[in-house]
Amino acid sequence: MSRKHNIIVTVNGKTYERSVEPRMTLVDLLRDELALTGTHVGCEHGVCGACTILMDGEAIRSCLTLAVQADGGHLMTVEGLAKPEELHPLQKAFQERHALQCGFCTPGFLMTAYAFLEETPAPTEAQVREAISGNICRCTGYLPIIQAILEAAPIIRSASQER
Amino acid sequence: MKPAPFEYFAPQNLPEALELLEQYGEEAKILAGGQSLMPLMNLRLARPKVVIDINRLSELQYIAPGSNGDLAVGALTRQRTVERSDFVQRENPLLAATIPLVSHAQIRNRGTIGGRIAHADPAAELPALSVALGAEFTARSARGQRVIQSQDFFLGYMTTALQPTELLTEIHIPAWDPGFGWAVGEVSRREGDFALVGAIVLLRLDENGACENARIVLFGVGAAPVRMRKAEEMLRGRRADGKAIAEAAGIVSEDLQPDSDLHASAEYRKEVGGTLTRRSLVEAISRAREATKR
Repeated sequence: MSRKHNIIVTVNGKTYERSVEPRMTLVDLLRDELALTGTHVGCEHGVCGACTILMDGEAIRSCLTLAVQADGGHLMTVEGLAKPEELHPLQKAFQERHALQCGFCTPGFLMTAYAFLEETPAPTEAQVREAISGNICRCTGYLPIIQAILEAAPIIRSASQER
Repeated sequence: MKPAPFEYFAPQNLPEALELLEQYGEEAKILAGGQSLMPLMNLRLARPKVVIDINRLSELQYIAPGSNGDLAVGALTRQRTVERSDFVQRENPLLAATIPLVSHAQIRNRGTIGGRIAHADPAAELPALSVALGAEFTARSARGQRVIQSQDFFLGYMTTALQPTELLTEIHIPAWDPGFGWAVGEVSRREGDFALVGAIVLLRLDENGACENARIVLFGVGAAPVRMRKAEEMLRGRRADGKAIAEAAGIVSEDLQPDSDLHASAEYRKEVGGTLTRRSLVEAISRAREATKR
């Protein structure tokens, strides 16, 4: 075993300090060390998108980043999406549109869509399709997912205008 | 845990990184964006003893316009940063059009320009693009630096001219000629996936509408990006019409010597290589005509 490294990460506004082996991936840190199991781990080589989270505001694959690399970073996972009393508009739209069946890929889709809508608040359908091209759903739910993201976009837009 | 154990270093600046490379050489792997290295390590196809994480080297993150329209890009610049750069959008339409083809947004957020080039995946867009643009690469080591031409850089399957103690630090792209016609096209299983076959064309027409010079680079069809010199030679001085295009596409298809793999047969790749060349030439020639009109 190699030498451990001390890291400090902020996840959904909460700060954690841990001592980790350098080979631990960020997704394993979230799930196994911080007990944040909302982020799912699928292929573990960057193809499926299930482990997508936000690091310093950008959507990334947490299976392709080492936990030590997130030292000092601000992370957002699916657990940070909803307010205690209500779902995020994206989550609501996914529920209403039946944009999930087994739900395994859903956290990755939600975080991908969240980052995408931050940058592209009024997307076209083609842009949505391109944005989720790096996420795989094996229950073939792509059409409802696209619909849900398109429906959530104006709701998020008007909410951010009120802010 | 997925990767095998390794010793981890996160140097704070370039001299520190080069010193570590000097010390560990072949035992070490450079971790830039990690979008190619991490999958290899997670699958344990790569088991480096030492990982040198260069992500703190902010001095290697820049897009700097040169004095005569040329462009210098720091090796650690994220692909996404290049994609969002107004300067790139304005000054190099071929680079701007190619970057979004590099994998998915989540990957481009982390993946670096230098990493994609130094990793030298034969199906990747950026190595082929740098050959088409005639880019130059700066390699630094603790003992000095040298400039390597893109056409001398890609030696074979994931193999480059970089020595184990050298770090790719800068990509230099010559000034864009407003008369260029260009096109990039690829066929992949899913948008953003590695290309089964891809083609990049960059050409100029003279005042009579004949092809002054053309660069045709195919990727995903061999161990490294392939310049299709026979087809380029044939086009030189030829009227850029449908007949010349079809002939060039035929030569490319014939000249390609791709391998068969899980994803596509060699025969399929030869066929698609010709088709992509034809489409790209049509598109590039029409852009060059527009450019000469102006």
